Amino acid sequence: MDRPLTRNIHADRRPIDLRGYRDNGGYEGLRVGLGLSPADCLQRIKDSNLRGRGGAGFPTGLKWSFVPMGEDCSPGHKYLICNADEMEPGTFKDRLLLECDPHQLIEGMILAAYTIGADVAYIFIRSEYHIAAQRLREGIVDCEREGLLGDNIQGSGYSLHMHVHASAGRYICGEETALISSLEGKRANPRAKPPFPQVSGLWGRPTIVNNVETLSNIAHIIERGPQWFNDLGLTEDAGTKMYGVSGRVKNPGCWELPMGTPIRTVLEEYAGGMADGYELRGFLPGGGSTDFLTADHLDLAMDYDTIGKAGSRLGTGTLIVLDDATCPVGFVKNLMDFFAQESCGFCTPCRDGLPWSAQVLDDIENGQGKPEDLDTLERQVEFIGAIGNTHCALAPGAMEPLQSALKYFRADFEAHINQGCCPWKARQ
Amino acid sequence: MATIRIDQQEYTVRDGDNLLQTCLSLGLDLPYFCWHPAMGSIGACRQCAVLQYQNEEDQRGRLVMGCMTPVSDGAIFSLQGDKAQRFRKTIVESLMLNHPHDCPVCAEGGECHLQDMTVMTGHRDRSYRGRKNTHRNQYLGPLIHHEMNRCITCYRCTRYYRDYAGGTDLAAMAAHDHIYFGRHEDGVLESEFAGNLVEVCPTGVFTDRQLVHQYTRKWDLQSAPSVCTACAVGCNIVVGERYGKVKRVHNRFNAEVNGYFLCDRGRFGAGFVNLESRLEFPALRRPDGRYDALDHHRALEHALRAMEAEKVAAVGSPRASVEANHLLRLLVGNARFYPGWSRGEQGAAIRAMELLRDTEATVPDLAQIETADAVLILGEDVTNTSPRVALSLRQAVRNRARDMAGELRLLPWQDAAIRNLAQDTRNPLHIAAVSNTRLDDVAASHTCLAPPDIARLGAAVLEELLPGEGQHFGDPTVDALAQQIARDLRQAKRPLIIAGAGYGNTTIMEMAAELAAALCHGGCEAMLSLCQGEANSMGLALLTGTGGARVHRLEDMIVQGDIDTLLVLENDVERRCSRRGFKLLRKHVKTLITLDSLDTATTSLSDLVLPTASFAESEGTLVNHAGRAQRYFPAFPPANERRPAWFWLLALAHERGIEATSRLHQFDEITRHCAASIPALAGITEAAPRSQFRAHGLRVPRQTHRYSGRTAMRAALSVHEPKQPQDEETPLAFSMEGSQRDTPGALLPYFWSPGWNSNQSLHRYQKAVGEPLRGGTAGSRLLYRQGHATLERAAMPGAFEPRENQWYLVPRHAIFGSDELSALSPPLRELTHPAWLEITPAAAQALQVIDGDGLIIENERLRGYRLEVRINPSLVAGCAAYSAGHAGTFGLLPGEWVTLQKDPDWQRREPAVIASDRGGVA
Ligand SMILES: Cc1cc2nc3c(=O)[nH]c(=O)nc-3n(C[C@H](O)[C@H](O)[C@H](O)COP(=O)(O)O)c2cc1C
Ligand code: SF4
Ligand code: SF4
Ligand code: SF4
Ligand code: FES
Repeated sequence: MDRPLTRNIHADRRPIDLRGYRDNGGYEGLRVGLGLSPADCLQRIKDSNLRGRGGAGFPTGLKWSFVPMGEDCSPGHKYLICNADEMEPGTFKDRLLLECDPHQLIEGMILAAYTIGADVAYIFIRSEYHIAAQRLREGIVDCEREGLLGDNIQGSGYSLHMHVHASAGRYICGEETALISSLEGKRANPRAKPPFPQVSGLWGRPTIVNNVETLSNIAHIIERGPQWFNDLGLTEDAGTKMYGVSGRVKNPGCWELPMGTPIRTVLEEYAGGMADGYELRGFLPGGGSTDFLTADHLDLAMDYDTIGKAGSRLGTGTLIVLDDATCPVGFVKNLMDFFAQESCGFCTPCRDGLPWSAQVLDDIENGQGKPEDLDTLERQVEFIGAIGNTHCALAPGAMEPLQSALKYFRADFEAHINQGCCPWKARQ
Repeated sequence: MATIRIDQQEYTVRDGDNLLQTCLSLGLDLPYFCWHPAMGSIGACRQCAVLQYQNEEDQRGRLVMGCMTPVSDGAIFSLQGDKAQRFRKTIVESLMLNHPHDCPVCAEGGECHLQDMTVMTGHRDRSYRGRKNTHRNQYLGPLIHHEMNRCITCYRCTRYYRDYAGGTDLAAMAAHDHIYFGRHEDGVLESEFAGNLVEVCPTGVFTDRQLVHQYTRKWDLQSAPSVCTACAVGCNIVVGERYGKVKRVHNRFNAEVNGYFLCDRGRFGAGFVNLESRLEFPALRRPDGRYDALDHHRALEHALRAMEAEKVAAVGSPRASVEANHLLRLLVGNARFYPGWSRGEQGAAIRAMELLRDTEATVPDLAQIETADAVLILGEDVTNTSPRVALSLRQAVRNRARDMAGELRLLPWQDAAIRNLAQDTRNPLHIAAVSNTRLDDVAASHTCLAPPDIARLGAAVLEELLPGEGQHFGDPTVDALAQQIARDLRQAKRPLIIAGAGYGNTTIMEMAAELAAALCHGGCEAMLSLCQGEANSMGLALLTGTGGARVHRLEDMIVQGDIDTLLVLENDVERRCSRRGFKLLRKHVKTLITLDSLDTATTSLSDLVLPTASFAESEGTLVNHAGRAQRYFPAFPPANERRPAWFWLLALAHERGIEATSRLHQFDEITRHCAASIPALAGITEAAPRSQFRAHGLRVPRQTHRYSGRTAMRAALSVHEPKQPQDEETPLAFSMEGSQRDTPGALLPYFWSPGWNSNQSLHRYQKAVGEPLRGGTAGSRLLYRQGHATLERAAMPGAFEPRENQWYLVPRHAIFGSDELSALSPPLRELTHPAWLEITPAAAQALQVIDGDGLIIENERLRGYRLEVRINPSLVAGCAAYSAGHAGTFGLLPGEWVTLQKDPDWQRREPAVIASDRGGVA
């Protein structure tokens, strides 16, 4: 099985330096890319059908194609930003790529920047990832020394300066426009779109923000071609995907598998199935802001469209498993507390609606719930959950676990209210 | 135009507006919080949600935010749709989670946008059972009260304070539902425009501290349209009264002048009207120096007897109305009328008037200033002399941002997007001043030069625009700057040159006028704005006219003396003379009669004092710096024996048998007479409708129909309610009865509309949101472009030559303190400082003084001036800047050379700090 993203990653997770990376064929993609025109590079990415791995699955080539090029672009900088904020609950895939193979990301970023004509690139990384940040900084210095970054890269005439920015760390900083605000030194509030960052982003200039995993794919695609990448996927979606599993499974972890690998394979084959004595009740397929799926969905392919049709989202592709010994109300409340806490406070439904939902869940979990609370929660789902009701996607994402829990675990909510206590706590 | 459908009804509306704007302009009720007509949209509160349908077939629609959705042809919306209504109601419910049940004790109550929107959305019952978040309030200074628990996190305050007004010390802090709007620590808000927060904040977080402390329910205020008297800009205000006290000043929208905002001097500067020390009865001086109160008949008798003397003269005032000055001049005759400026002020005021009258350039109102695309400020500290202009300049420098936005097809109201796009891109603003100014942060260049050199910089820019005799400045950096300035001005479509009377230097103003003329000659729409000293400086200059000798100088008159009777109209002569001059006043004048509302140094020397009504209790016309005549109306009748100045003067003129006044009985007739006899003032009758004006046959009521407790107010005295005072002089009534519909802009006493109790009701009075008032814009412009650009070149002024051990005096204006009346207002008094003198650090070292020490200021004319030292590192070398208009600096003249010497007897107000703590000037 071809595992381009993790081919340099060892079980002991030791990092690979520039020498090792090059010995393993690294920066070959860069050589190929710099020999192509930016338009040709863009075409390869478009043809590869690569979709953004940050959660929304937006086609990367299409996103890049909105960046004004040549004469269409007013004079000034253009920027490429790598989104390494990775604060989605249950998500730890980018960390692996960042810590263990920094040059794969740097190479992908140089090619991405070259394609869109950016002359400055930032890696916006959550400050808890200090090991990764340090390795990236070292990697950048090494690249600069070897003429892979800086002015006139490898004699191509193309110049790129790359910087690592350690974020002060909030979940909302991962939202690409809030990330840009934060990078500018402002409050990390998302921005209204349009204008899209591709046209007016960092410092008002054309900017592309991509996820770590997305960018880590670029060099491989440029080097080995779009067809190769398309062939990697088991379904319509192309490439491989970093999948992960957390929760009460035998072997929690993170694996690179072909895009479209069935959930059951990930959960049972790689994560080793449920831990002894625990039953699967459901799972969030792609991080804390995706809708629950249940055992009925285990045979679905883990790709964007399939999971979307099932009523959830592939998100970051990292499953969070709910077992039968865990109270779903408590589970959802815990997430709701997180999202309420992480709301940037800009728009009303999220800022005030999430704490309100959290308070209702808190009452239910503590046995103070009232029958009409379920209506309140349904009302909240409608109020906060619809895209467009809020200023950014944080709040709708935050409502996804609740909305699906009300569907799949309604009886558990009712039990709390009827019994005036949490049945799980009562059992202990 | 676009045709759109809202709830099955078709409307033809302006393309490119946002739907919220459109709905409000159409008179449809759509609730909102974060959008502001002057600040555009950000989409934060989500209160303005409506349903938008893709096409005819679309039955479901989706929620969009009205304020973020441009209207375009064929668009289909619903405000009434169930889903939209439910959403908007839930928004209010969410905002109310943490909102205290404060309405009964809240200063905003009854004029609260949150109350209005709550009622409008129909939210009533809360289902939230949690605890409310609470915050600690901050002390933000004497002007603004902070009550953070009432916040609904709409971000209007910080958007206004930071983005619009350029303040830095108010910010949104923390996150999620703990967001806090305040300062990093307790302290006085630094912005000169902080007071607008009171109107910008839709809840009771930021309220008028004075009003909070002497609280009156807002619907119980009796209000009248008025004009701010604190500087020459003439912002339109509403004065609200209860119990004979001015309770608050609010903005009165004028599309051409102040728009939506005032400065803090204006908003909080009317407190002098309430001072206990105000004169209530005519007073006659007894030989022992004490005063007897008189009734007004006896007072007039005394005055008339004194006026029978041979040599009678009168002193007018740039803070008194055109009408009062006019009557005063009729009373004593032109030959004996002294306008009442100081030496420094007189030349500047009259020259400014001439230059504006004769210029070919546009003399801009504030709204036009905001359209400028390149600005040069030559030697005027606008923030401190004409504060509201500074706020407009902050908008002008953003025009390039709007142009950039246009290229991306962003609409002007997409505020956040435009700011993100343009970042720090600004139109060029060049400032030359004697030290740093408060606009430097948005300036392309700011240069510190002595006033004569500022004029030379002007000449050097002129040389670049119209190459002539090679008049270069002589310093390569300044000449390079002159080139840059000239380039920026030449490239602009609407360049603006600002100068003014601030430094008392007429050459600078002349240079400014020449620059504007040269730019006009170059074919662009150049603008020339000259800031002036006082509320009616321009009116008085137009009244007295030009011709040096005809305009008498106050101090010369006093020094030459030999006057039997001198009438002083609303003027404190002490402020306008040297110390010696003021001392001579009493010696050289046999009988001194003063008409004033306040007890001043002059009234306390007077033989007879006639108490006048303040601007809040009388009517009058003022002409602002741009030559706009505006009328103020009394908010309440003057108490006791106070009378409008015009009333006293008219009575005297009648008794004296002054022919010209024999047919004048009413205020309007004086205005008309003045307009008819002085061509330059012909337009003042148009400033406001005359007293016979009726809308729908009715007077304009000063009281809202919610006004309450009229009987109770006097119940302690008598339970019999007296007849309401009649107002014969204006179309307004001291009553709740009348019609406020279709009222001309000049007569609007308050803003209210059904369901819209707060100032947000303004849009119901506008042609469309943000546009002029339906009833017409208040005021009439007296200056039209009638001039011809005189392209003859003034000679290059002489360079400033610093002198050894001598300092060149320049006035330093302070927004709080330099203006006579507003500085007496109690809240502003807290923000004023005792008189001071700014010197450079080098001078301080040479003079062996530190901040807070005393200096003795002397020359052959000046003796006995002692001022506190302030070290100002940005001050130009060789100059010393005195706090203009502060007791202690009266009589100092701009451009005088003085010697300085450490005052050995000086008592420091604060102990000296160690050298390393020594700071500059704030
Ligand atoms: C609340 C919120 C948090 C997000 N956090 C992340 C993140 O940590 N990392 C990330 O790559 N994308 C995150 N995203 C998605 C980004 O906004 C953006 O879509 C992504 O970085 C684009 O990269 P891609 O096209 O490569 O997927 C977040 C989105 C939201 C709404
Ligand atoms: S949805 Fe939440 S995170 Fe997003 S802008 Fe609104 S308040 Fe901020
Ligand atoms: S802000 Fe308005 S709603 Fe809130 S307490 Fe004050 S009056 Fe009531
Ligand atoms: S303080 Fe007032 S203006 Fe500021 S966010 Fe709160 S409610 Fe809005
Ligand atoms: S007014 Fe439209 S979102 Fe606030």
